[in-house]
Amino acid sequence: MTGAAPGGGAGTDRLLIKIDHIAKTYQLGEVEVHALRSVSVEVRSGEFVAIMGASGSGKSTFMNILGCLDKPSKGAYVLDGIDVSGLSRDELARIRNGKLGFVFQGFNLLSRTSAIENVELPLLYGTTSLKDREERAVRALNMVGLGERIHHYPNQLSGGQQQRVAIARALVNDPSIVLADEPTGNLDSRTSVEVMGIFQELNEKGITIILVTHEPDIAQFAKRHIVFRDGRIKSDRLNPSPRVAAEVLAELPTIDEEVES
Amino acid sequence: MKILNILLSSFRALQRNKMRSFLTMLGIIIGVAAVIAMLAIGQGAQFSVEQQISSLGTNVLIVFPGSQNTGGIRGGAGSNTTLTEDDCIAIQRECPAVALLSPGTRAGGQVIAGNLNWATQIEGTGSDYLEIRKWGIEYGDFYTDQDIKAASKVCVLGQTVASALFPDASPVGQTIRIRNVPCKVLGVLTKKGQNALGQDQDDIILAPWTTVKRRLTWFPYLRQILVSATSPSNIPVAQQQITELLRMRHRIAPYDPDDFTIRNQADLATAATATTQILTILLASIASVSLLVGGIGIMNIMLVSVTERTREIGIRMSVGARSRDILTQFLIEALVLSLMGGTTGIVLGVSGSSAISSLAKWPTIITFFSIILSFGFSIAIGIFFGFYPARKAAMLNPIDALRYE
Repeated sequence: MTGAAPGGGAGTDRLLIKIDHIAKTYQLGEVEVHALRSVSVEVRSGEFVAIMGASGSGKSTFMNILGCLDKPSKGAYVLDGIDVSGLSRDELARIRNGKLGFVFQGFNLLSRTSAIENVELPLLYGTTSLKDREERAVRALNMVGLGERIHHYPNQLSGGQQQRVAIARALVNDPSIVLADEPTGNLDSRTSVEVMGIFQELNEKGITIILVTHEPDIAQFAKRHIVFRDGRIKSDRLNPSPRVAAEVLAELPTIDEEVES
Repeated sequence: MKILNILLSSFRALQRNKMRSFLTMLGIIIGVAAVIAMLAIGQGAQFSVEQQISSLGTNVLIVFPGSQNTGGIRGGAGSNTTLTEDDCIAIQRECPAVALLSPGTRAGGQVIAGNLNWATQIEGTGSDYLEIRKWGIEYGDFYTDQDIKAASKVCVLGQTVASALFPDASPVGQTIRIRNVPCKVLGVLTKKGQNALGQDQDDIILAPWTTVKRRLTWFPYLRQILVSATSPSNIPVAQQQITELLRMRHRIAPYDPDDFTIRNQADLATAATATTQILTILLASIASVSLLVGGIGIMNIMLVSVTERTREIGIRMSVGARSRDILTQFLIEALVLSLMGGTTGIVLGVSGSSAISSLAKWPTIITFFSIILSFGFSIAIGIFFGFYPARKAAMLNPIDALRYE
């Protein structure tokens, strides 16, 4: 485990993300598109943030910058004490590898590659030894409740299970933050709640989670809501009473165990 | 990312598309096998040509007397009367690069056998003449040193002469008359055919040079001395040794010209070797075209693979792969393809060559060089044709790659 141990450090109020007046403009032919206009946000460790907004509101651009996949045109972004706004492509890759975990809407697993190999993927680009790698991958898969299916291939897993593999992959490098981009977008409602349950469990262990969603139901599981509109933050407030996935799940009628995708 | 990891994931990626990987490799396999087989065939041809040339007697030197110069009037080559039997004895004794030697003299004339006659050349030779010229006796015998010492009235017929004088019977044991000198026919030479200028080499009679000298021409000097060097590469050495010896024996002052000429057939050998070398290069270049096509096949497949796996590249980048990692991964994949193709191609080329030699009875030679060459060539092709697709993959924008459908 590196840095702040998520398990023990729950609730420590460390400043993880400091975004200061960032803007992003795209040049589309002769038209300048302002995807983000002067956005400032701070996120502390242990938070569970939902980012909401209509499509075109700038939330995806914001998420890409947050995930070091894209650079802001203006402004500063300090991630866990490192100013990442001026870093090169390769340095950003290193940050993504060590400090960030991604969960995508479409799962984005490597096909014809077993669950454990998918989870090991980030470790291949680090300095982990072979033995260590396997151990950590198995532990991450256990955390999401897939310890029994580590050698299954994505096409042998349900949508919910695939997303759990993706979550395990995001966790395997003990990141500071897990970024989830519409993680329930391809899942049915019951599986969505299950996945949110996993996020809540992880959050309780101290892992910071930032989630992009356009579904208010899903956002209700988060502790803080940031709403984007026209490239600006429209509102940023705490959710006084987040839903608890375990309780919601208990109320839902049990139809089938899993929905095969 | 460690090289071992990259290698493993490259193998995995190639395994996922077994058929496609195999077909891509097939281009390289065929290319490398063709290069190896063509080089083997070319070099085999070169070897057998060299062997044939040396069997023609390319290590042969001929010493002619120089031209006579009387009061400013110069005779043609061979007109001088400088070569003697003593020269022969000296050369044989004092030139270590000389293996065999045959004094030569010549007479022309009408030859009569029974009621048939024929005009031909009578070549006076030593007893080693046949061995120097790599010639043989079809039937009968050749004359011996004893015959030469005694200037015996014996001779050996070329095939043309034999069939002209003895169309029905065997000439061996018969007597022919050369310029009214009766000579016993000891044997008949094997057929030699035409020489490079179209002259019939079988229209000849061989006789001891002493016989020709004392009984036919009464010309006291030698027309030529036929010499074989101990090996083809020793020809220049032998030539130099003979030159030095004869200049000394003939008392030629340091800056005066030789009173003899030495000729060899090395030029012929060089020309023939050069021809087969060109043949080898030609064959190999044709074969390398197929290797090039194989390389383009690799590039093609790698480009398809990059496009097809854009999302995978995006995923890898999002979890922390640097451009360099992606570049190396695809480059290694191309290299693995070309190396596996290259190795299989070498095996196929070597076994194909030996199949050619045993089925078509064509000599093939596989050199270490040709294997190294084609192996290196396939590595170079992997890097060269793999680089562009790999770079294309490495330069992808992670966001676009992740969204690629």
